[in-house]
Amino acid sequence: MIEMTTRQAEHLPPGFEAEADELVSHYPVSKRSASLPLLHLWQNHFGFVDDSGVEWIAAKLDLTPVNILELVTFYPWFRREAAGRTIIRVCRTLACAMAGSYAVKEKFCEAVGLNPHAEHHGFGCAPPTTADGKFSVEFVECLASCGSAPVALINDDLVENINTSDIPSLVEKLK
Amino acid sequence: MANFLTTPHPKERRIIFENISKPGYAPDIATYLAHGGYESLRQALAMKPSEIIDAVKAANLRGRGGAGFPCGTKWSFIKYDDGKPHYIVVNGDESEPGTFKDRYILHQDPHQLIEGLAISAFATNTHLAYIYIRCEFPHAARIVWNAIKEARASGFLGKNILGSGFDLDIFVHQGAGAYICGEETSLLESLEGKRPYPRIKPPYFPAVLGLYMKPTIVNNVETLCHVKHIIRLGAAEYARMGTPGDGGTRTMCVSGDVVRPGTYELPCGSVTLRELIFDVCGGLKPGRSLKAVIPGGSSAKIMRADESYKLKVKGDDGKMTEKEIPMLDVVMDASSLQSVGTMIGSAGVMVLDDSRDMLWALNNLNQFYAHESCGQCTPCREGSLWMSKMTTRMLAGGTLPADPGNLKNVADNIAGRTVCAFGEACSWPTQSFLEKFPEEFKRADI
Repeated sequence: MIEMTTRQAEHLPPGFEAEADELVSHYPVSKRSASLPLLHLWQNHFGFVDDSGVEWIAAKLDLTPVNILELVTFYPWFRREAAGRTIIRVCRTLACAMAGSYAVKEKFCEAVGLNPHAEHHGFGCAPPTTADGKFSVEFVECLASCGSAPVALINDDLVENINTSDIPSLVEKLK
Repeated sequence: MANFLTTPHPKERRIIFENISKPGYAPDIATYLAHGGYESLRQALAMKPSEIIDAVKAANLRGRGGAGFPCGTKWSFIKYDDGKPHYIVVNGDESEPGTFKDRYILHQDPHQLIEGLAISAFATNTHLAYIYIRCEFPHAARIVWNAIKEARASGFLGKNILGSGFDLDIFVHQGAGAYICGEETSLLESLEGKRPYPRIKPPYFPAVLGLYMKPTIVNNVETLCHVKHIIRLGAAEYARMGTPGDGGTRTMCVSGDVVRPGTYELPCGSVTLRELIFDVCGGLKPGRSLKAVIPGGSSAKIMRADESYKLKVKGDDGKMTEKEIPMLDVVMDASSLQSVGTMIGSAGVMVLDDSRDMLWALNNLNQFYAHESCGQCTPCREGSLWMSKMTTRMLAGGTLPADPGNLKNVADNIAGRTVCAFGEACSWPTQSFLEKFPEEFKRADI
């Protein structure tokens, strides 16, 4: 993991810029449209978006940095600081809450060793993360799987019909 | 995969979901072609574009995203030969609480969407389209993108599709976790790389000033899939499955306190709420009775189980008479739900039994809307937060006698005073919960 004191843009891997250019080519009318794809590309690689990322993407798209920063601070998906390697996003909204999602989130927090009652508001901050950097747990709004509630998105994978008693073994496998 | 019966319920008619969760059905093009894939595109390319639009109109297809606008009418706002570029943007930002249908199409049958989209593009003289997929469906984005590449390699996309002279490029665009991007003008701003604040209508109707200020069609994933089947079956046969104002089938998502929650595809207008809950979904959990239903996604006004509605119906003698319809006998179609003061919306049906506390349920939704308000319009930004703070405090045991009135006052001052329909979406739950369940909010603690 790269420390906060270094600029992410100084650590671009080979092929990164070519991948960025390929994404820009999907938007023949206006390359500004590539803002979100480039932010995803950046965050997927570095884990979060620092100032150098904001500046690099803005320069790539002939924008000013604030055009990119205002997206990072708007969309809940983007972060300005590192989160855990495994991010557990528990659905909070009605159908999942009716099926026990508050208990599910609490159990996940306990299983990974986080305070289940820590407040988290997003806006670029990373969700509560374990000291070893392995896990983050947060509530998110509706994940569009209400018929198999409660659900959680663990990195890229949806876990459905979660039973709180299965959570410790589920977390053990993720360690 | 959860949410689907392996054998369809006898009341179901699976058109859109014919191959979903079918053993051995993969999202690749070989499987799709083996199931008759891209035959409807071939058929459509031999038609006049105006004939396709007429067919979609005659099919009575309404949008499946929530607003329910007649699809053919939406398309006819685009002038075929106006010399401007046209765009189609597919709304795959599925995030209305209670709705879970497009995710199965995107993950399991992406070519169905691509075929429907290609037909729609041909009909409207569109050569560039984007499929906007929420980023919480990362596998779906990869699957759809792979399907686009397959379709291009097989000549169903790209230049001179199947020798017709028609060109179409499609790209996938991922969202970043904001519910507001499901609002069509917000989605366009998001796709333009800007902060996704909805645009004001007028003048920014997408069909006039849409993506890059050019005529644009924004359609839901499921809606475009239906277009394929309108061509395949013919408009008349497709329309016959539904009701006069609501053709074809509709995928209904049922969640909450039923024995078999899930996604069911039913002919429009073919079931009442009673049949949907007690037959299709296997009824309530043992020992429970029905308390309330939210019929069309979380924004739809809630219905109370023990209420009935006085509706004007046409009698056998052709005269209009007033008839009392119990809540459970309301038909699950667009016009019936509208006539009882709510809406079919995205057909996300949330069922609440007698174990549920209405203040708790409303507070959950208020927190959702407070989190998701984009912040552009003051009544919504502030009002959604106030409503959430009030119900949170009430739930914690701090209800004041004036709270129900104040809640209603806040909600009444959001709806109609905002740029987009989020203002209505966030006030309707509070307004309808207070109206239908007043006794649950009058519990002054202090």
